[in-house]
Amino acid sequence: MKKKLFLSIITFFLINTNSIGQERNLPSVKVKDLKGKSIEFQNIENDGNPIVISFWATWCKPCKKELNTIAEVYEDWQDATGVKLVAVSIDDSRSVSKVKPYVNASGWEYDVYIDSNRELARSMGVSTVPHTFLVNGDGKIVWEHKGYIEGDEDELYEQIEYIVE
Amino acid sequence: MKNVIILILLILSTKISLSQEDYNPLEIRGNFETNLQSYFVDSSIGANEPTPERVLNNAYLNLLITKGKFTSGLRYESYLNALKDYDPQYRGNGIPFRFISYVSDGLEVTVGNYYEQFGSGLVLRTYEDKGLGVDNALDGLRLKYSPFNGLNLTSLIGKSRTYFDYSEGIIRGMDAEIILNEIKGLENSKMYSIIGASFVSRFQSDNNPSFVLPENVAAFGTRANLSYGNINYYLEYAHKINDPVGSMVQSENNYANGKAIVNNISYSQRGLGITFESHFVDHMEFRSARAKKKEYIINYIPTLSKQHTYTLLAMYPCATQPEGEFGFNTNIFYKIPKKSLLGGKYGTKLNLNFARTNSIQGGTSFLNDIDSLTHSAALFKIKGETLYFSDFNLEVNKKINKTIKTNFVLAKQSYNKDVLEGKTIGEYGIIKSTIAIADISCKIKKGHTIRIELQTLKSKDDPNAQKKGDGDWHMILTEYTISPNWFFAIQDMYNYGNYDEEKRLHYANVSMGYLKGANRFAIGYGKKRAGIFCVGGVCKEVPSSNGFSLNISSNF
Repeated sequence: MKKKLFLSIITFFLINTNSIGQERNLPSVKVKDLKGKSIEFQNIENDGNPIVISFWATWCKPCKKELNTIAEVYEDWQDATGVKLVAVSIDDSRSVSKVKPYVNASGWEYDVYIDSNRELARSMGVSTVPHTFLVNGDGKIVWEHKGYIEGDEDELYEQIEYIVE
Repeated sequence: MKNVIILILLILSTKISLSQEDYNPLEIRGNFETNLQSYFVDSSIGANEPTPERVLNNAYLNLLITKGKFTSGLRYESYLNALKDYDPQYRGNGIPFRFISYVSDGLEVTVGNYYEQFGSGLVLRTYEDKGLGVDNALDGLRLKYSPFNGLNLTSLIGKSRTYFDYSEGIIRGMDAEIILNEIKGLENSKMYSIIGASFVSRFQSDNNPSFVLPENVAAFGTRANLSYGNINYYLEYAHKINDPVGSMVQSENNYANGKAIVNNISYSQRGLGITFESHFVDHMEFRSARAKKKEYIINYIPTLSKQHTYTLLAMYPCATQPEGEFGFNTNIFYKIPKKSLLGGKYGTKLNLNFARTNSIQGGTSFLNDIDSLTHSAALFKIKGETLYFSDFNLEVNKKINKTIKTNFVLAKQSYNKDVLEGKTIGEYGIIKSTIAIADISCKIKKGHTIRIELQTLKSKDDPNAQKKGDGDWHMILTEYTISPNWFFAIQDMYNYGNYDEEKRLHYANVSMGYLKGANRFAIGYGKKRAGIFCVGGVCKEVPSSNGFSLNISSNF
């Protein structure tokens, strides 16, 4: 039975190869904003400017390091490229109530959404945090990066500059 | 056979839709991960059991296909054989996860496997956590519909996954959520209010000759989330009707009702955040079948303590006691402003946290079976109760200058090992520990960073206990990273203060990795300590091990 299944998958790929798009769109999944309202994630936009999507959690040290580091230069980045950062928290119900207080206390100016049961993370292939995506002005995912080590924000910024040019 | 039919349908439907709307391209995405580990016998750390396979491997691949309103996906999983920190019932290869879903005029239909959470998960949460080996995905069908703005309805029916199989019970569930501010006439209310209610029922036939078992067991919950200015309040109440478990053993059989109450309040403004969370839980574990096994659990009662990631802070982790506990957890986040005396040039971030859980008055409903209909424990009581866990900690995060960043933590924890690890009462009692951590990173040149973690844990055993704990620990970690591609790390944990001199061991590890874009490769060698590993209140016991590891993960 499993062999049949694999055959079906392969056939499926062969039939459809021609129509497979190289670029990826944002998935249609609902996330919550900090008030608890459901938002269709596919509809996030930035007037044709790039969007950085960063998956994080309040318990994740490298995530917070990444977002705090970017927070220091965020205004400069916005002025130069018009980029917007969307921080998607995967905190589950154990830590989700700390998201808003942490974001406000840190003074982040990002758009923050909550993906408590990892629906969005799963549909974007995020298995560990941090995981950062760059979306171009047409809403296509053009770059992604797993993990964060100090200095990675420079590479991200180079990528933003590259697509803005 | 079922899988094949699903795929044929999938192919047909894409072929049809392709001709209709060619501007909507077919998208394929997914991710892959493999974790290989070798195991050597190392009697010095208690890894005595030989591994005949020598090498074990866990791997999976997720595949998602999207075309317009239509999504289909599957996960191939391979355990040849499962890593030792996984349950051995994960064995062999298979496709335990596959689904098809579409959205049409606001109606979302999913058939096959899905994950779902109602409210904070007190009555239903199905999820996957690869780190813990948890995957209780439901298999069946789910409908989501929003008849008008502000009302979201979910209904589902299915069976929950247990390793490569499904449990016997049939789960039926409904959830409704109303956003009051989206209803006409209430748009301008200053209070942002969301209310919700859910109902879940399990059917399992009664084949037991000795007991009259309820075949349908219900659980329900109500919740409200209110935001007013800087204040947010969340309240949830959940109730479970008689749910006997362990049906072949009279002493374990219990017809008591269960309940849980969650109360969270938070306040935040720029530079300051305060949270206070509390919960009361009584006999509230909800399973997809009667047997008292962890793989059947289909609800989630969040643990009330800070989720630590530093190794020694997480050595004695809190875990929710679903059979009965009261607890609270409070946090203060404060950023000392820039250019002030204590804030310095960049500001200083503080996080003060205090969490505590204890037993509930009069014991849980489970222990008061005979009196379960009238039994009621006090909802908020600390005095005279058995302490389960407490954690008082302060974290200070400070950027010194452009090259040096620091993070310091000081914590005092009390850990009731008997209760939290299911030992005999009096065996270990309450272990008290004081932990200090310094985490310093220094940028050497563009992209090059060295980071050092120094950790120490001093513990004090319970004077009345029969056995002693593991005593004191040191840990040092040095990490060198070259952005954006490389990391190298070496760490050693040293149990220098063990009462048993023969157990004063070093657990050293080296690892390195290469990251590029969506791919990550890591190799390591070292010894791992046996212990309890928890995420979000769900824990697993990890045996000690010595060996090489290889981890590859990739997205496409």
